[in-house]
Amino acid sequence: MQGTPFDLQLLNACAAILLLLSFAMLAQRRIVTLVNLLALQGAMLCIATLLLAWRTGQPHLYASAALTLALKVVALPWLLHVLIRRLQVYWDTEPLLNVPGTMLVGVVTVVFAFGLAQPIAELASTATRNALGIAVAVILLAFITMITRRKAMSQVVGFLSMENGLFFGAMSTTYGMPMIVELGVALDVLVAMLVLGVFFFQIREQFDSLDLHHLESLKEDQ
Amino acid sequence: MSATAWLTQFLEVLAALALAPLFLGWVNACRAWLQNRRAPSLLLPYHGIRKLFHKDAVIATSASPLFRLAPYVVFGTMVAAAAVIPSMGTGLPFRSAADAIALVGMLAIARVFMSLAAMDIGTAFGSLGARREMMVGFLAEPALLMVIFVASLISATTALPLISERLAAQSLALYPSLAFTAVAFTMVLLAENARIPVDNPATHLELTMIHEAMLLEYSARHLALMEWAAALKLFNYACIGFALFVPWGASLGDSGVGALTLSIPALALKLAVAGAWLALIETVSAKLRVFRAPEFMATAFMLAVLGLLVHLLLGA
Repeated sequence: MQGTPFDLQLLNACAAILLLLSFAMLAQRRIVTLVNLLALQGAMLCIATLLLAWRTGQPHLYASAALTLALKVVALPWLLHVLIRRLQVYWDTEPLLNVPGTMLVGVVTVVFAFGLAQPIAELASTATRNALGIAVAVILLAFITMITRRKAMSQVVGFLSMENGLFFGAMSTTYGMPMIVELGVALDVLVAMLVLGVFFFQIREQFDSLDLHHLESLKEDQ
Repeated sequence: MSATAWLTQFLEVLAALALAPLFLGWVNACRAWLQNRRAPSLLLPYHGIRKLFHKDAVIATSASPLFRLAPYVVFGTMVAAAAVIPSMGTGLPFRSAADAIALVGMLAIARVFMSLAAMDIGTAFGSLGARREMMVGFLAEPALLMVIFVASLISATTALPLISERLAAQSLALYPSLAFTAVAFTMVLLAENARIPVDNPATHLELTMIHEAMLLEYSARHLALMEWAAALKLFNYACIGFALFVPWGASLGDSGVGALTLSIPALALKLAVAGAWLALIETVSAKLRVFRAPEFMATAFMLAVLGLLVHLLLGA
């Protein structure tokens, strides 16, 4: 750490906070707080992108920081909050695993992700390449969030958090994807969110709940 | 070993013994102010201890010698722990023995003796308190060890005075790993010292109590020693926190009497801020259900491990 420039230190701190927020999402039971944590993760991502843009002087990173701010900090959390209000789902049920158990699985996952990312990070030439391990860990933790939840809403939040992880990974290894790809992904996420919102209403109309276990049995069996 | 080192050592133990009840009184006073109550006197813990020393001890007929021995062991380990924690200076004569893992072991001895003594009489409250203490302890201890490991990874040693010295000597840098472990350490401190999210120090004769339940059978000088030891434990934990996370102000190495004199107001300032901060945390948080305590400790452990992993990955 000695002799590392201060902006890189800040970037590392951002990466660490991203990982911490992923853990907080893993442990969180309330869906409203989960969405707020997602917005916070987006904000951290935005700050990290800005720092990287300032450090490397690449103008397209400023654009993607603005995109992150608009989409992940403002639009998507707002959309999710509207959906929560309209669907009246403020609580998630208990996750499939208890919280300390999930955390321990999460810690093991982080170790795995760091090990996995180490050889890949060696290939990159960026100053932030070590953060790739954190990006992979964020993706895998979002996977666990999706796996251990029953309700459609928290699974979608997990999905969006995974997208955050992917974005951060791309940023830390290659200073961001080409602008056209980034725009495409952003649009995809936005559209997916809208489509999933429609799905939520359909699922609830059919089953009177957002519990996805109802989707596992065929109609003929009933 | 120079005379200054011995002076530092002597002063540290003396300060721990003398200031620990005052620190407890300060935390209680801050809590009272934050809750809009009139604060009790800062010297109240001293009065309590003095009063208890003047009373005659009553001991249950079923008590074994272990019950009488436990207060002395607990108090002794706490004083010994105070001797190896670099609260004022790092050039301690005991510094070769001041291994952080040994320190955690010393704290564990106190816990084991306290629990054994609580179960010795065979009352329901005693064994309940002892079992709960063990439940909190078995999770708090690995978390504390993890916190220390992060600091020792950064400073490449497990001796607490050396850790403190090397951390203080480094140029200022952002350490996300240390920030995580500082939060984890605060949580361990709250749990280990029976503070609010885990146990309420103000309760007496309630079903949720942990620490108090273990002391119910003690009276007079034994109780005084136990309460003094509890105050010392809080003081010790605060000083471990200073050594790991705010090592500035303590006199480093053999830096003479001048630095030692300067370290006394520095320590007082750090204690005052830490006490107020502790009172604030306790005021804004609600007591957890006993069965949520493992979740609290698991979070602390997870934070510490996360700090370790982040340090290994980012070197920060």
